[in-house]
Amino acid sequence: MNLLEIVGIHKNYEGKPLLKGISLSVSSGETLCLLGRSGSGKSTLLRIVAGLETADSGDVRWNGESVCDVPTWKRQFGLMFQDYALFPHMNVSENVAFGLRMAGMKKAETSSFVHEALELVNMSGFATRSVTDLSGGEQQRIALARALAPHPRLLMLDEPLAALDRALRMELQEELRELLHKTGIPAIYVTHDQEEAFVLGDRIAVLSDGFVEQSGSPEEVYKAPKNRSVAEFLGMSNFIEGKVVSVNPLEVKTEIGLLLPSNCLKPDVKIGDQLLVLIQTTGANLATRQGGINKINGVVSECVFRGDDFKVTISCHETIYVFSLSEHCEMGQSITIQVPDSSIVCLEE
Amino acid sequence: MKKVILVLLIGALLAGCTSKPAGPQTLTVMTHDSFAISEGLVTQFESENNVKLVFLKSGDTGSAINRAILTKGSPEADVFYGVDNTFLSRALNEDLFVSYASPGLAQIPAEFKLDDQKRALPVDYGDVCINYDKAYFASQALLLPQSLDDLLKPEYGQGSGTEGLLVVENPAISSPGLAFLLATIAEYGEDGYLDYWQALKDNGLVVVNDWSTAYYTNFSGSSGKGAQPMVVSYASSPAVEVVYAATPITDAPTASLVGDGMCFRQIEFVGILKGTQNEKMAQKFVDFMLGKDFQEDMPLQMFVYPVNPDAVLPEVFVTYNQIPETTDALDAQLIAEKRDVWIQAWTDTVLK
Amino acid sequence: MPNQGKPRNRFLFSKALWVLPAAFLLFFFLVPLVKILLVMVSRSGVLSANAILQPLLFTLWQAALSMLLTLALGLPAAYIFARYNFTGKGALRLLTTLPFILPTVVVAAGFSALLGPRGLLNGWLMQAFDLQIPPISFMNTLGAILIAHVFYNTSVVIRIVGSALVQFDPRIEEAGRVLGGSRWRVFREVTLPLLRPSILVAALMVFLFDFTSFGVILLLGGPKFATLEVSIYTQTLSMLNLKMAGLLSFIQLACTFGLTLLYTRLNGKRSVPLMPRLKGEGVRKPHGIFEKAAIVFLVIILIVLIVSPLAALAIKSVLQMDVSTQTTSLTLAHYRELFINRNDAFFYVPPAKAALNSLYYAAVTVLISVGLGLTASYALVRQQGLKRWLDPLIMLPLGTSAVTLGLGFLITFNQPPLDVSSFPLLIPLAHSLVALPFVVRTIQPALASIPASLGESAASLGASPWQVWRKVELPIIHRAIMVGVIFSFTLSLGEFGATSFLARPDTPTLPVAIYRFLSQPGAMNYGQAMAMATLLMLACALAIGLLEKLQVEGSAEI
Repeated sequence: MNLLEIVGIHKNYEGKPLLKGISLSVSSGETLCLLGRSGSGKSTLLRIVAGLETADSGDVRWNGESVCDVPTWKRQFGLMFQDYALFPHMNVSENVAFGLRMAGMKKAETSSFVHEALELVNMSGFATRSVTDLSGGEQQRIALARALAPHPRLLMLDEPLAALDRALRMELQEELRELLHKTGIPAIYVTHDQEEAFVLGDRIAVLSDGFVEQSGSPEEVYKAPKNRSVAEFLGMSNFIEGKVVSVNPLEVKTEIGLLLPSNCLKPDVKIGDQLLVLIQTTGANLATRQGGINKINGVVSECVFRGDDFKVTISCHETIYVFSLSEHCEMGQSITIQVPDSSIVCLEE
Repeated sequence: MKKVILVLLIGALLAGCTSKPAGPQTLTVMTHDSFAISEGLVTQFESENNVKLVFLKSGDTGSAINRAILTKGSPEADVFYGVDNTFLSRALNEDLFVSYASPGLAQIPAEFKLDDQKRALPVDYGDVCINYDKAYFASQALLLPQSLDDLLKPEYGQGSGTEGLLVVENPAISSPGLAFLLATIAEYGEDGYLDYWQALKDNGLVVVNDWSTAYYTNFSGSSGKGAQPMVVSYASSPAVEVVYAATPITDAPTASLVGDGMCFRQIEFVGILKGTQNEKMAQKFVDFMLGKDFQEDMPLQMFVYPVNPDAVLPEVFVTYNQIPETTDALDAQLIAEKRDVWIQAWTDTVLK
Repeated sequence: MPNQGKPRNRFLFSKALWVLPAAFLLFFFLVPLVKILLVMVSRSGVLSANAILQPLLFTLWQAALSMLLTLALGLPAAYIFARYNFTGKGALRLLTTLPFILPTVVVAAGFSALLGPRGLLNGWLMQAFDLQIPPISFMNTLGAILIAHVFYNTSVVIRIVGSALVQFDPRIEEAGRVLGGSRWRVFREVTLPLLRPSILVAALMVFLFDFTSFGVILLLGGPKFATLEVSIYTQTLSMLNLKMAGLLSFIQLACTFGLTLLYTRLNGKRSVPLMPRLKGEGVRKPHGIFEKAAIVFLVIILIVLIVSPLAALAIKSVLQMDVSTQTTSLTLAHYRELFINRNDAFFYVPPAKAALNSLYYAAVTVLISVGLGLTASYALVRQQGLKRWLDPLIMLPLGTSAVTLGLGFLITFNQPPLDVSSFPLLIPLAHSLVALPFVVRTIQPALASIPASLGESAASLGASPWQVWRKVELPIIHRAIMVGVIFSFTLSLGEFGATSFLARPDTPTLPVAIYRFLSQPGAMNYGQAMAMATLLMLACALAIGLLEKLQVEGSAEI
C-alpha cells in the first residue's frame, strides 16, 4: 500500500526546469533513497514534499489525498536537514521536545518521550547539554531524535551524514538502518553517496536531469543499471561498446574479446545491433591463461589494498578497467582477468 | 510579567488617545515657549466667559511666528501672542492679524503703540541690558561702564585673542543678542556700528550662540560660575535672581548697566489671527491681556514689564531692577528690512 | 490546480510586509517633508552660494572627524565589553548609554563644569602650576564639538558592533589562531572582515548623527561653527528666509541619500549567515598584564569622557552656594522645589508628570519603531529586491533637518483629529522616524544571520508560522531587538527638537522641562535643571535596567 505518492512534479528554478515530472511513491515501513548528484533537484523534491516549497505542477498525496493545501506544520512529516538546524538557543532535551510541544504537549509531559527518543539514538546522557558543544555526530543524532520524537507519519532526511567523516558515516549508516526498521516509519533519504543508498534504502530512485532515471531495490538497480549515467553514478566504470553476434545465447563482440552477458536490459536485440556492455568490478578472478570468453588481458597500472580486497586498475587498448581482486598484482605485470557472466550486463541505452 | 507589561503599554497607548470631551467653546492661543500665566487667572477668564483656553507653544519667537505664517489663512489658533518689535513688520507684512481697537489701548502710552492700524497690540516690554556680577566688580575694585564706549576700555578686556569680561549672544540665533546688536546700531548708526563691534572684538569680546549658554556657562554671576562678569541679558534678570535664589537672599548678586544707549527695548504684541472663527472671544482675550489683572500677573510669571501704567509692579521689581532712563529704539519697518543684512555684516565682522 | 491554496497566501503575506513601514514613512515623513519643501522654495528669499558651500564642507569635515574619533574609542570599547568580564562592566555599559538621553544644554553645563574656564580641570591646573589664565580652552572650539560627539555616540558603536561581536562564533577566531595567525593577524584578517557590516552600520549611523548635529554645534561649538542644520535653523527662525532654508534642507537630504547609497555599495555583499552563538561563549576574565592594562586604560577613558560629565551634573544638582558667605553646601532643595508650584504657574508640571510623559512617549516610540522595524527587517531579508529603495528611504529621516520636518508636521497635521492638540501620538511618531533606522539596522542583520533551515525544521516539527517566530526566531534575534528597543527608548527620552515643536504645553517631556528652567536666570532654576537632568538619568537607567531584565523565554543572557 503506497502511503506517499508524488505525482508528476514539475518545478522551475530561476527560469530553468529543475524537476521535469517526477513520480515516486513510498509504502508503509519502506525507506526510499533518492540518489543523485548535487544540483539534481533531490533536496528541492524533498522540500516540496515537506511543503516548504510549492511545485509548479503535480501533486503530493498521502493515503490517496492531496496534501498540497496542507501547510508544512500540519503535514506531520519529519524533516532532518543537512546542517541539522538544531536550535542554538535550546539545549538538547529542549530541542528534542520541540515537536512534542508544538503538538500541544505540556513541558512536563515531554520528558519520557524525550528520554525515549534520546535512548533510540544512544544519547541518553546528553539531555542537558548545550547543542553548540556537541560534535558533528552527536548533533546528527540529536537532530534525528528531534525528528523522530513527535512520531512523524513520514521521515525525510536530507543528506544527514554528508558532513561527517567516513568512519563515523559508516557507523551511523548502520545505526540509521536499524533505527528506521525498528520504528517502522516510512522514510525518504536523500544522498549523493551510492554506498549509503545501498545500505539504507529498501528502494532506490536515481534522479538525474530532472527525471527519475531508474528506481527499484538496491540489488535490482545495482545489478541492472539502466544506462551509463546511472551506472557511472553507482560508481561503475567498466564500459565497452560491442556488436551482437548471437542472440540466443547472447554473445557480444568487443575490442577486448567475446563477452557473454547474463542479462540484457535492452529488449528485442538483433544480430548486428550495437550495445553498451557493463562489466561489474566485483566477482572477477585472475585467470591462469589467456584466450577464451569473458576474459580481459591488460597491464596493471595500479593496485590498491582496500582491506577486504585489492582495487586493481588495468589498461587494455588504451582504456582503463577497474576490478576487485582477492590477490595482489605487481605494477606493470601483464594479467588476464576472468569475469563471471553474472557480472556482465548489456545496458538499455 | 511580560503580559502585564504588554497590557500596561497598550493601556498607556489607548489612554493617550482619549479625545477631548465636548465642553464649552475653546479659544486657542498660539505663543512662544516663554509664555507663562497664573493658573488662577486662566480659571478666572474661563469661568467668566464660559470658554476653554488652549495654549499652543512652539519653540522660540521665530518658530512661533513661522508656524503662524505657514498656517496663515486657516489658522490653528485664534490669538497670537509674542511677536516683538524685531519681528513685528514681518508679521504685519504677512498680513497675519485683523485690526481690533481694544478699549484697553486707551491707557497705554503711545511709545508702545507701533502699529497704527491696531492689528498688533502692545502687551509688555522688557529691556535688554548688560548684567554684571556685583561681587566681581567689588572684589576687583572696577568701575562700572557707563556707556557703550566704556566697554572698549582696556580694563574690561584683556586684549585681542584672550577672553575679556563681556559675553554677548549671537544675534543670528538669540533674541537678546539681536536686541543688543540693534542697540549698537541705534547708538552708532548704520555706518558706525561695525567699527564699534570690531573694537569690542579687539577688546576680547566673547560670543556664544544662545542666552542659556551665555548666562549659565559664561557669566560669573550665575550658578554656572563662568569666566565673564558681564553678560547681555534683561534688566529684569536681577529680580529673577532674587525670586529664584537657592537660599533666601536680601540682595541681588547681579545688576544691570543702564547707562545712556546701553539698552534696547523689546515690546511684545498680541494679535487676533485672520481667519479665526471666534473673533468675539478673541477680542475678549485681548482685552483681558491688556487689563490690570493680567498686566500685574506678567512680571512674576514672565519677568517683563506691563505696558499698562495702572498695573502695580511687584516689590522685587521695584527693589532690584533698574529701568534705563533712555533706551534705544529703531523703526520696526527698518528692522524688518535690514535685519538680515545687519546680522550678516555682524557675522562677517565679529565671527570671521 | 491543487497547489494554489494556503501556501500561496502565506507567500502573499510575507510579500506584503513592506507595506506597513512604507505607508508609515510615506504618511509621516515624505508627505510633510515634500509639503514643507514645496512651501519653502515657493517663497521669496535670497540664495547665496557661499552660505551653502561653507556650512556643507564644515558639516562633512566635522562629521567625518567625529565619526573616526567615535570609532576609535567605540570599537575597542565594544571589543572589551563583548569579550571580557570585569568588575563594574554592567554599570559602565549602562552609563555609556545615558548621554543619548541628555539635552545638549545640560551636557554643555556638565562639560563646562569639568573643562570650562572655571571648571574643575582648569582650576586644578591653575592651582597646581600657579597660573593666572586657565590653560585649557575647551568651550567654543572644534575640540569641544568632537568630544561632545564622541560623548554622545560611543554607545551607538558599543551597542551595534558589540552585539555583532557577541554573536560571533569564537571558534572562527580559534581556527584562525590554530592555523598559525597571531592574535593581531587573526583579528585583522578574520574578525575584522566578518565584523565589517556592523562596523559600517555603526559608522553610518554615527556619521549621520554628527552630520545633522545641532545642539552640540550651537552650544559647545559656539557661533564660529555653522553646520547645515544650524544654517537651516537660523535661515528659518531668525532670518525668516524659508527659500534658503528649503534649499539647505534639500542639500542635506541629498547628502544623506548619497551616503546611504555609498554605504549600500560598500556593504554590497550579503551578510554571511553564521549560526548564531547565544551563550556568550568566549567571554572571559582578562589574562596577562597586557590585556588587563588595556582594559584599565579603556575603562579610565570611558569614565573620564563619558561618566564624569554625567557625574558633574548629578553633583551640581545637590550643591548650593550661599551668596553672602561664598560657601558651598550639600542640599536637596532643588529636588524639593521641583515639587512645588511656587507662583501658581499655569504651565507648572510636577516632575513626576513630566517623567511619566517622557516615559509614555518613549514606550509608544518603542512599540511603533520596533513593530515597524521588525516588519521592515523581515521585508528586507525576505525580498532582497526591496533593498534598493526601502533601505535609503528608511535612513532618510536621520538626515532630515528637525526644524524643516517639524514645520512640515505643523502644516500637514493641523486639522483635528490629526493635530498637535488632539493627537498626542504625533510626538512618538516623530521620534519613531528617527528611531526606525536604528531598529532596522540592528534587527535586520541578526535576522539575516539565521539560517533558513532553522525555521523550516521547526515547521516540519509542527510549528505554525507564529510559533516559528515566537519560539525560534524571536529568541535568536531577541538581543538585537533589545538593542533596538534601548536605542529607540533613549532616543525618544532625549529628543528635544521635534518635541518642542509638537508638545502641548501641559504635557512637556523632561528635556522640555529642563529647557524651561534654563531659559530663566536664578540659582534655583539652574539647580532644578540639574536636578531634573539627574532624575532623567535615573529614570532612564532604571528603565534600561528593567528592559535588560526582560528576557524572552529560551533566549540567552545578554
